[in-house]
Amino acid sequence: MLYRETGQFKTNYADDMAIFPIRQDRVAFWALILAAFIGIPLLDSFQVWPFGGEYLLRAILIPFLILSLAAVGLNILTGYCGQLSLGSGAFMAIGAYSAYKFATGIRIPLEIFTIAIPPLPVFFAILLGGLMAALVGILFGVPSLRIKGLYLAVATLAAQFFFDWLFIRVQWFTNYTSSGSVTAPELNFFGLYVNRPIERYLLCLLFVTVFALLAKNLVRGNIGRQWMAIRDMDIAAELMGIRPLYAKLSAFAISSFIMGVAGALWAFIYLGSWEPLAFNIDRSFQILFMVIIGGLGSIMGSFLGAAFILVLPILLDQVPHMMGIPISVETVSLLVFVVTGALICWLLIVEPHGFARLWLTGKEKLRLWPYPY
Amino acid sequence: MIAFGQFLEVLLSGLLAGVLYSLVALGFVLIYKASGVFNFAQGAMVLLAGLALVRCLNFMVAQGFSFWGAAVIGLLFSAAIMAVTAWLVERFVLGPLLNQDGLTLFMATIGVTFMIEGGAQMLFGAEVYPLQFFPGDAWFLFENAFPGGILMSKIDVFGGFIAAVLVVGLALFFQYTKTGRALRAVADDHAAAQSVGISLNWIWFIVWLVAGLVALAASTVWGTKLGVQFSITFLALKALPVLIIGGFTSVPGAIVGGLIAGAGEKIAEAYLGPYIGGGIEYWFAYVLALVVLLMRPQGLFGERIIERV
Repeated sequence: MLYRETGQFKTNYADDMAIFPIRQDRVAFWALILAAFIGIPLLDSFQVWPFGGEYLLRAILIPFLILSLAAVGLNILTGYCGQLSLGSGAFMAIGAYSAYKFATGIRIPLEIFTIAIPPLPVFFAILLGGLMAALVGILFGVPSLRIKGLYLAVATLAAQFFFDWLFIRVQWFTNYTSSGSVTAPELNFFGLYVNRPIERYLLCLLFVTVFALLAKNLVRGNIGRQWMAIRDMDIAAELMGIRPLYAKLSAFAISSFIMGVAGALWAFIYLGSWEPLAFNIDRSFQILFMVIIGGLGSIMGSFLGAAFILVLPILLDQVPHMMGIPISVETVSLLVFVVTGALICWLLIVEPHGFARLWLTGKEKLRLWPYPY
Repeated sequence: MIAFGQFLEVLLSGLLAGVLYSLVALGFVLIYKASGVFNFAQGAMVLLAGLALVRCLNFMVAQGFSFWGAAVIGLLFSAAIMAVTAWLVERFVLGPLLNQDGLTLFMATIGVTFMIEGGAQMLFGAEVYPLQFFPGDAWFLFENAFPGGILMSKIDVFGGFIAAVLVVGLALFFQYTKTGRALRAVADDHAAAQSVGISLNWIWFIVWLVAGLVALAASTVWGTKLGVQFSITFLALKALPVLIIGGFTSVPGAIVGGLIAGAGEKIAEAYLGPYIGGGIEYWFAYVLALVVLLMRPQGLFGERIIERV
């Protein structure tokens, strides 16, 4: 009854091209944006439940936003362009370490002269981190012109292991710290110091909103359609005049850029100080899970998947505690493993296309409600 | 002459290490051949088989059995556990996912990996359990040809022997038994195999069981080498480049791929490592795999990929 497009006529092309063609969707979208940008800070400033203390912001909302961004990045590559990648952790690491190097200044002494870049503002450092990740992404995307499917997935693992090794072994990246872990520079955004959790949250939210809208518009446009054509059948797409080189490499570049920015945010804003382990293969799998569980080829699915994969272990950790069952911490962590695995299998069996498909089905049902015939 | 002796030693240890990787890769190939599923859980299965074996063995020894008697019971117990696992996986995960695309099945096996890793450690404990199945010392070869001779670890040799037996056994099984023929039929075409009366569920159970037994064989070798512990699951990641080099669908390819990957990474570590910083065997096999893929996208021994619109 409430959710129905009857009577909403499109009178010009702009209406026809809108991201949310149905008014109810638009209202819901703006409500969500308002809640995220104004509602949550308000609740936080009055310390209304569950915002007493910083736990919710620090341990759930901030990582949720950043990992969603990474999932959006991977979804462009895997969901829209059909190139399976297990190297997301590596691209996040490249973003993080390049941003760190740009933010602390670069000095490369060569034979004749010295390349020196003074420390850049954090904002530009983060974007440059994304750019570096994009460059490396293009490089590791080249094999995709010849290799497909699971073979490509293993090839992207080469990136993962190589960069794991690089950031541990080559001390230049960590500015020769003895422990190998690095600490993010002060988060100074043009004179605005971002320190309190709520400020960090708002910063992440801003980045995520901008990039998610960007991604949404890209996949609706010309280039997004090229990606999808390549995904659905690359030979047919090529015969229709889509250049695989351009389509695949652009997907690698844009997806790596977003993942690089997400990696820089993860390191600077969420972790604060980090070591290469923060971006190992487990992170790659985590993000791949988010994309698959959320739904391949759906920007919103990335957010749903990120919420599920991130919150599930936290919730499972709390359950025995809340129910007062006395089991050891170790058993709980193993149990979380088993239950997570079982839930993933169950979800794949019930809905192989992820939460995004469930959402669509729900919307269809809602349109017909309360007369389903 | 010293340098040559050293080179031989590095090469030999690399080849033998490669064979040990192929032990794990074999399990991947079996399942991929017969069901088109890329089974990420193979490493976890090695862990499960190893834990079941070592815990049962220790228990039996504590009960007063002789070591070899306990070992036989342990092997049987572990095999039974692998059979139960195969049945559970087929019944509750892969059966319902029939006809889904490869990516979904791959993700499902990662889910299975989590379950096996968590479950195995909950059932059998999460510590490091030493396993003494093979002698841990080494032989020295050609002592009169090279000063100091060539060091050759006995575990590696036994591992190579087991791998050879497995490959010959599996080749015979695929070629000459009725079940083996059915397996090849299923690998060729699921629907056609079903229509001549081959039960897919039964075949998949058999494949997972065989992969489980291969995992058990791998766990005896790797368990002796490293001790049975959680990090044994990372073998799956070591086996992936081996698979790529050999091709997903070829049993001999897994062995040859293992030899190439093992020798390559040991030689690179010994001769390239000092120049660009040690530890490059961590990723060298992957780069090798990448190079092979660029020349032959289906791996050295894989079936040619034919694409039609």
